Amino acid sequence: MTELAIEAHGLVKHFGTTRAVDGIDLSVRAGTVYGVLGPNGAGKTTAVRMLATLLRPDAGTARVLGRDVVTEADAVRGLVGLTGQYASVDEDLTATENLVVLSRLYGFSRPAARARAADLLGAFELTEAAGRQVKTFSGGMRRRIDLAASLVMSPVVLFLDEPTTGLDPRSRNDVWDIVRVLVADGATVLLTTQYLDEADQLADRIAVIDHGRVIAEGTASELKSSVGSGTVHLRLADAAQRENAARIVAEALHDGTPIRDDAGDIGVVTLPADTYALSARVDSSPEGRARAHTILPRLHDAGIHVPEFSLGQPSLDEVFLALTGEPTDPPSPTAPELSTEAS
Amino acid sequence: MSTARPADDLVAARPSPSALRAAVSLSERPARPSALSTTLTFAWRALLKIKHVPEQLFDVTLTPVIFTLMFTYLFGGAIAGDTSTYLDFLLPGIIVQTVLVVTVYTGFTLNTDITKGVFDRFRSLPIWRPAPIVGPLLGDAVRYTIASAVTLALGLALGYRPAGGALGTLAAIGLLLVFAFALSWVFTILGLLMRTPNAVMGVSMLVLMPLTFASNIFVDPATMPSVLRAFVDVNPVTHLVTAIRGLMGGTATFGDVLWVLVVSAVMTAVFAPITMRIYRTRS
Repeated sequence: MTELAIEAHGLVKHFGTTRAVDGIDLSVRAGTVYGVLGPNGAGKTTAVRMLATLLRPDAGTARVLGRDVVTEADAVRGLVGLTGQYASVDEDLTATENLVVLSRLYGFSRPAARARAADLLGAFELTEAAGRQVKTFSGGMRRRIDLAASLVMSPVVLFLDEPTTGLDPRSRNDVWDIVRVLVADGATVLLTTQYLDEADQLADRIAVIDHGRVIAEGTASELKSSVGSGTVHLRLADAAQRENAARIVAEALHDGTPIRDDAGDIGVVTLPADTYALSARVDSSPEGRARAHTILPRLHDAGIHVPEFSLGQPSLDEVFLALTGEPTDPPSPTAPELSTEAS
Repeated sequence: MSTARPADDLVAARPSPSALRAAVSLSERPARPSALSTTLTFAWRALLKIKHVPEQLFDVTLTPVIFTLMFTYLFGGAIAGDTSTYLDFLLPGIIVQTVLVVTVYTGFTLNTDITKGVFDRFRSLPIWRPAPIVGPLLGDAVRYTIASAVTLALGLALGYRPAGGALGTLAAIGLLLVFAFALSWVFTILGLLMRTPNAVMGVSMLVLMPLTFASNIFVDPATMPSVLRAFVDVNPVTHLVTAIRGLMGGTATFGDVLWVLVVSAVMTAVFAPITMRIYRTRS
């Protein structure tokens, strides 16, 4: 299937004088996970709200499954599900009541709505908490009921706005598993995240957004290779040998005698706080890779034992740094800054 | 209880892929529900919220009790000569004031839903658009009825006897509900425009205080200075109280009642479309 589930052209949204979204183009193939990656305030939530018919674009067009989000908004609403900081469940009601209300609104009869609520609660392992008010739920349970609420009508396209922000690692893995199941089942998922790792884990393609614009688009590995370098990580058996090892690695990767810089790094080699570890940037050209492959024999010849060696692509953090020239803001657990973006 | 078997907990909390798959593969999609059914679902949701947060009824029930007791026994003798004469005058007005104050909650709850993100979920559904606003207004009617009943029961206990009888009293409360529904549209506008629920509450009270106190609820306008009386005479609350007092006292004129119905229709015709417009275009 090469059919596009979501296509947007030149989407623009202003809030006062701020251009929250400043001309975004997106093409999402059906049955894939598409990651929209960016720091707080980049315009991710605003973009999703436009695609989910909650905000009317100031300019540009967007289609979801071929339906225009402005002129055929109702048709789009019947096909999409939405979960995020903004499409929430009612904390005063119980889990069951929330799902029954939504099922009724989708047109299920009273008994069918109850059955639907029970099915979903069962699938999300919330049966025991079914009669509890949602405000008593833990963060992970809360996110599961949010997800369940967006799946009442088995949406063809699912928008997840920062689905794991503020979750502990286990709950985050649960959400990831759910997304994988949904996509395996044929759904298309567009998720926004400020966790680079998350986009890397889940998304078939990624759009990196900054200041309301798409600054890069592609698969995770395309984005990484576009940075033009990877990283080699080593771990030594003996911390005392690190200085010597660093010199050898630097020589292997670069011609000439390596010089220690102000930060204490030796040439291209950085020395982290862990005194057994060292890492270095590797040029991703064939020559650079060939040089990287000489590291292990050289260390072996010098009698340095290396229990761990990995040659990897750059992290998406490095990608973001390379694309924007500035590091990503460290994501706060609750991301309150985003509330200004959508109000 | 979970300390003994942490591993089991871990397994139990994980959604199972097969159950998930079964739950998301919906064999048949129901047809889109009617506008009426959707609206009633929202009304039902409003009632569920009253059930879970009964505290919100405290204001509704306690305020009229305090006001009735305070005005009757503190000021009643001074205003009307004796407390039972004053109670006859005051009680219909207190019922009106109570219900009008309760209408503020319409904007408050709407704004709470918006700030908590619940409203976006509703806006993302393929439903009759006005339902999320109109449904809760119907649910609020329950609140108004409870508030009226509490105040009336207290009045009866204190010796108030409506000359208009049960029929007149029911008609009065019915008319009051119509007016409250119309007035609610003002508060839905505030609920959509203001930033926080508390701001909605504050502004609404600022609007309601002069409207209820500068009216004929507590005293006969004939005793007021002419400038104030000019305001009281055009205050819609005054006309509403006149009609309610007339119905409960068995002296209502057709004109009094018609006036309230016309004003209610006009308010709904003006403020409901404004509400819906803001609702549709709000970002």
